[in-house]
This record gives sequence, C-alpha cells and structure tokens, in this order.
Amino acid sequence: MKQGFRQSMAWLHTWVGLLTSWLLLMIFMAGTASYYRQEISRWMRPELTTAPVSQEVAATNAVNYLQANAADAEYWHIQLPDARNPTITMYWFNPAPKDGQADGRASRRARFGEATLDAASGTPIQARQTRGGEFFYRLHFDLHYIPVLWARYIVGFCAMFMLVAIISGVITHKKIFKDFFTFRPRKGQRSWLDFHNVSAVMALPYHLMITYTGIVTLMLMYLPWGIKAAYPGEEDKFYVESLGGLSEPRPASGTSAPMQEVAALMESARRQWNGAEVATLRMDHPNDAAASLALTQRDGKALSIATPTLRLDAVNGQLLERGGQAGGATATRDVLMGLHLAHFADAGLRLLFFVSGLLGCLMVASGCVLWAIKERAKHARSGRVGFGLRLVDALNIGAVAGLPIAFAAYFWANRLLPLDTLERPQAEINLFFAGWGLATLVGLLHPRRQSWAWLLYLGAAMFVLLPVLNALTTRAHLGVSLPAGDWVLAGVDLFALAFGLCLGCCGWRMQRWQPAVSAADKRRRQAAAVDGAPPTQVARDGGVA
Amino acid sequence: MTRKPAASARVPDVIPAWYQRPWLGVFSRTLASILGGYALAASVNVFLSLALPMQRSQAVLTSMLLAIVACACVPLWAFATRSALRAWVGVLIPTLLFALGGYLLGAWA
Repeated sequence: MKQGFRQSMAWLHTWVGLLTSWLLLMIFMAGTASYYRQEISRWMRPELTTAPVSQEVAATNAVNYLQANAADAEYWHIQLPDARNPTITMYWFNPAPKDGQADGRASRRARFGEATLDAASGTPIQARQTRGGEFFYRLHFDLHYIPVLWARYIVGFCAMFMLVAIISGVITHKKIFKDFFTFRPRKGQRSWLDFHNVSAVMALPYHLMITYTGIVTLMLMYLPWGIKAAYPGEEDKFYVESLGGLSEPRPASGTSAPMQEVAALMESARRQWNGAEVATLRMDHPNDAAASLALTQRDGKALSIATPTLRLDAVNGQLLERGGQAGGATATRDVLMGLHLAHFADAGLRLLFFVSGLLGCLMVASGCVLWAIKERAKHARSGRVGFGLRLVDALNIGAVAGLPIAFAAYFWANRLLPLDTLERPQAEINLFFAGWGLATLVGLLHPRRQSWAWLLYLGAAMFVLLPVLNALTTRAHLGVSLPAGDWVLAGVDLFALAFGLCLGCCGWRMQRWQPAVSAADKRRRQAAAVDGAPPTQVARDGGVA
Repeated sequence: MTRKPAASARVPDVIPAWYQRPWLGVFSRTLASILGGYALAASVNVFLSLALPMQRSQAVLTSMLLAIVACACVPLWAFATRSALRAWVGVLIPTLLFALGGYLLGAWA
C-alpha cells in the first residue's frame, strides 16, 4: 500500500503497535511481575512464617481441615506447599442445595469454598487479606472489573496485534544485526528509535516466543471450530483425548466408607513415580465408598507443563488410572505453555525471563513515546498540536509514567490499609487502578513534559520509599530479612529500591531534556529573533522532545 | 501522517472518487485484516482438524497452532498488497478453499 514492501510494513508496525500499546504495556508489566508472584504474595503477607514441613504433614493437616469443614463436598482440591509458597491453598465444591434450585452459573459459583492454611499448624493463616501476586497473574490475562470471557478475547486481540507488530517490525529492519550494537544517545528522536530497537532486538526471541505462546495458552478458547468439526456433539471427549489428563472420576456410590490415610496414599503414589514429590491432590466424593484421589507430580525441570498424574482408590488404595500418554501435538502445546509459564525456571533462568520481560516493557513504552515524538515534529511544522497527538501524549503519560505508580500504590495499600478494611483485597486492587487513572487524568489535563517528570518522580519516590514503609509497618524489613538471608523478602525490597532509582533517573532526564533543534528550526529562530516574533508554541513546550 | 496512505495504484476510473478516499482504503484493509484474519484462522482450524493424517485430537491441536500463524500473516498481506480489493481477494480465496475442503471432509454436516 506504500511505495515498497518495507515501507508498508513500517506503516503497519507503527499503527498496530500504537493502538494497543497502552494495554499491552499493562499486560507486559503484570506478566513480568507474575514471574515472581509467589515471592510477591509472601512479601504482601509478612506475618507468614516459613517453617518447612513435610508434604505428608501438610496433606494430613489439609484433609483434617476439610473433614471438619467440607466433609460432604463433591470434591476437594489441595495445593501442597513448595519451596516458593509456604501455605496450603485449597478449594472445594459443595453439594447442590437440597431444595433443587436451578444449576445456573451463579449458583454453581456460590457452591465453591476456599481456604489457605498454615502448613505446619493446619489452621487458616493469620495474615492480612490480600490477593498478593495472584492479582498480577490474573490481571495479565483476565484484566479486572469486566467479565473474564471478554477480558480474554481483548487480551488475545492485543496479543495478535503484538505478534503482527513484531513480525512487521522485523521486516522493517534492514540492519537488524547492526542495530543490536547501535545506540546514539542525546540525539532526540534518533535516540528513542535506537532505544526501541535495542530493547526489541536484544530480547527478540523472547518477545516472539512469549507472544506466540501467550496466544497458545488460550487457543482452545479462541479457536473452538476445529474441535466442533472433529468432535461433533462430543467436545468433552476432545479435552480428555488431547490434554492427556485423567478421565472423569467414577460417580459416587451413595454409601459412605472410611478413607485411607492421605499420607499412605501419597506414599503409594510416590512408589509409582520412583520417589518424585506430589504437588496437588484432588479427592472426588470424599467419605463415599467410591472416593478416589487424583495426584499430580510436582513439575521438575522439564519444559513441558505436563506432569504425571494418577488416580487411586481412596478407600482401598488401589491404582485406578494413570494419566494418558498423549501424542506429539499435545507435547508441543505443553512445551509451548511451559515456556510461557516458566515453572521450570530456576533462580538464574527466572531472572533472565524477568529481565527479558522488563525489556519487553521498555520496548512497548519506548515505541509509543517514539510515535509521539515523530508526530510532534510534523505538528511543530504546522504550528499546532492536533487532538490525536494530545490524546496519545495523555495515554503515554498515563501508561508509561502511571503504571509504575499503580504498581507502587498496590504495594503501599497492602501496608497501609487497616487490617479490618471491608473487602480488603479489592480495596488494594481499587487503589492500583486509582493510581493508573489519576496519572492518565494528569496526562489528559496537562500533557506536558512537566507531567512526565513529576509523575516519574512520584513513581520513583513510591518505590524507593517502599522498603522504608515496610520497615515502619512490619517486622519483615531489610534489617531483618538481610541478616536472616531471606532473599524472597529482601529481594522484593531491593528490587523496589533499584526500580525506584531507575524511575528517578528517567524523571531527571525528562526534566532536564533540551529538545534537539534542527538546522531549519535554528534558521527560523534566528529569523524570528531578527523580526522580533516569538518562536512557535509547539517548539517551546511540546511534550517530550 | 504526512505521507497519506496511497490509494490503489490502478483503480479503474469508473469507480467514483469517493470510494477512492485513502481512509476508506485503510479502513477496508483493517477489516480485511481483523475479520478476514480470524475467518482464515477458523477455516484453517476446521480444515486441518479433519485433514491432517494423525489422531484426531492431535490434528485439532496442530491445526490451532498453525491457524495462529495463518492469522498473523493476513495483516501483513492486507497492508502490503497494492489495493484494498486485492487484500480482500487474497484473504477470502484461501479462506473459502479451506472452508470448502472442511465441508467436503464433513464439517458442518
């Protein structure tokens, strides 16, 4: 559509990238934070102790709690503690009410119960109410305040835009290898372009991988047509055949029977697995003669998310079923999903993924800033700032400078909201969006460079002071966590400090920035000085450059 | 944009000028990308689910993995080609062929 293929692709890259960049930045930031969601959850519940207990003790505690509180549930689901999460998290599905109400979606949801237990004592944890890092994980693909289904379509749409932007961006590049080593600072638009290129090219395999695998994680929802065509009228069968899990559990018998000790059942599963650890337990029809226990092995260092599963008879302990051995396409999908979720990553690799994610955030942020800078040069020539540029400036300020404020506000809320606040987790989340919203509002009212600088300073201050706030409000601060070698708690504080300092530097650069003056502009100013006319409005106070 | 998106290079003169406005071309290509892209992905999804010579569950998954790639190629085509009309034709012909193939193999029976 342009003169030449590369020019067309550059145009496509510009617009596809810009239109979804603000939401994509949020998705990227939330996803990057999710690499450390367990650590964030622990930081946000500083009261938790981390006494290590064996899986058997934890599972026995879990079952004792469920027997006392949900003995007649249709099933229990128990997530055992691991190195990164010291609690037992579980949910269960209560039986349908006896008065025979319709089995609608809302009433189904009301039947779920959930609890988080201290692994050692088996009692509900005594910690502040918070969604912790789980909020970022969900925000990453479920957004918030809107129905989950819509959110996932919106996120998928954005991810597809991202994929197209990456491919067209690569095509646009003549010198993709050379750009790797090119950064020309203090040159205005040229520097932003170089920065965008460097952040994109350095982690290009990661960006491509994470975008494609992100779509793969939800592809069963986006593309149900093949399932409908290949499995007419029996779509459930597809999930059993393709996902390689266990088949449906056997139905309840209606007669009750005592179950074996859960520790004994776990021991027999471990014998089947040559000693591998158990990660989750699912008990169907507890206390029924047909009760069965499905166990999932802890995912080790394999790329794939597929972990061995098996089902035992909970009454006599016999092996009922092993998870199916699925085919090549299933294995491919499981590896792609595994790459996205990065459960396999140990500390070093996890850090690499995290840094790559941060580079992705920088790529998106510098991309939308670059658009505004390029556009401004054109507006400067015509002498007035158009509505489109004003809007983009405002949204850029709201997203790039505002999202760090939103993240910081979420952490501050966690420490400052009274512990008895009604709906405390939701209140924390509301403050996240309030931070983002207020920054966008500032951007809309005053889309100028000062807004950039001061909002970046605000974000910087909130992050730098986070360890201080932590020290004032809890006993899990750096003074305690560093001597104890608790790198989870210390890591969150130290990262906040470092990130805040980086934001501060950005704010400082933004404030001191002198727009590069082009040769033509210089001539015009000299001419204006001779004529005694003031320089144009845009040249004086136009946003970033 | 100072460089206005070029209207098609060889639009016959019989088409009224109004239909040759640049923004209409961009709008049309955008629709071809989004709607056509999804339609192509869906038809690839259906056709390969039935046509690939493997276990049907594996064929379905493979078709999804490939349909995503097909979908990503559509905007590249739609904005690279000479005219909006060619963008639509280039998307719809493979979509219809895949859909026809799927139909012959028993989809929507």
